[in-house]
Amino acid sequence: MRYVKQFAIIILISFVGELLKEFLPFLVPASIYGLILMLIALTTGLIKLEQVKDASTFLLDAMPVMFLPATVGLMEDWDVLKSIMIPAAIACIFGTIIVMVMSGRVTQWIIRMLNKRRGKNE
Amino acid sequence: MNNIAVILSDSLFFGMTVSLLCYGVGLFIKDRTKLAIANPILIGFLLVVCILKLFHISYDSYMNGAKYLSYLLTPATVCLAVPLYEKLKLLRDNIIAIFLGIVAAIATNVLVVWLLCIAFTLDETIFATFIPKSITTAIGMVVSQETGGIETITVALICITGIVGNIVAEIVCKLCKIDEPIAKGIAIGSSSHVLGTAKAVEMGDTEGAMSGLAVAVSGILTVIVAPMMLEWLY
Repeated sequence: MRYVKQFAIIILISFVGELLKEFLPFLVPASIYGLILMLIALTTGLIKLEQVKDASTFLLDAMPVMFLPATVGLMEDWDVLKSIMIPAAIACIFGTIIVMVMSGRVTQWIIRMLNKRRGKNE
Repeated sequence: MNNIAVILSDSLFFGMTVSLLCYGVGLFIKDRTKLAIANPILIGFLLVVCILKLFHISYDSYMNGAKYLSYLLTPATVCLAVPLYEKLKLLRDNIIAIFLGIVAAIATNVLVVWLLCIAFTLDETIFATFIPKSITTAIGMVVSQETGGIETITVALICITGIVGNIVAEIVCKLCKIDEPIAKGIAIGSSSHVLGTAKAVEMGDTEGAMSGLAVAVSGILTVIVAPMMLEWLY
């Protein structure tokens, strides 16, 4: 029963996310509305952490395999992809690495700079 | 052979079984070899494609069963709020660094795609198709559509980007000396969306939480930025 209740809460929030997506004019998918709703529910205490913790640990653990069906869809798009293969490969491989490095270095640099300043003030 | 194809095509559980088994083989190979390229999603993808081709099973009949696995992605993404909630203090304390890190990711992505389009003399259709490659599929599809890109290619690029991010995340962070867990999470989430986040979750609680946050924020920011960039650059 514990898992059923936890799962029910998570599915309910996903459903409300879906409704918000239908009725609000923004280009935000149901899952992101749901994520925000879940965060609000947890911070306001509407939902207690232990009411969703176990089921969410399971879902997060199983998350990678949920992508498999969508990636297999690449099989279908292969003919279109072939025509822009080189720029697409550069964008997806080098582009992703460059974006990752820039974002990580900028974040880290600011964290350390602010920490240093905080340290001086104290 | 034909009979097998018919039976498998009609089966309700074939798609999910083959997905889970192939992913399981991927996990096994990764555990044995410990190589980054031996990525369970990549191996699972290759195995599933081989099996479908070998038995002449169409993507649609595979999806007949596999779609239920995809449906779980929405509740799983919702669950990313849980680790984020557990790290809320960390988020508050580092909000400026986190926000600017995500902005840096979006700016770099626009720049890279723009330069690529110039180098290969590609038009704005391809620019619009490439721009949402680093954000989550559900948002990326719509961004591509709204800005005049080719939706199906965008979805394919998003998948490839995610797999690449999932594979390279650990090595890139190590080589480029990104060792703050917050910075790792932001870097992974804002470059390779939910698929990268799956790796970030494995790397640690903070990494997972921050990566999930980056996916949501960079997705929403891209919705705003992409049309502006198109107008400005083309």
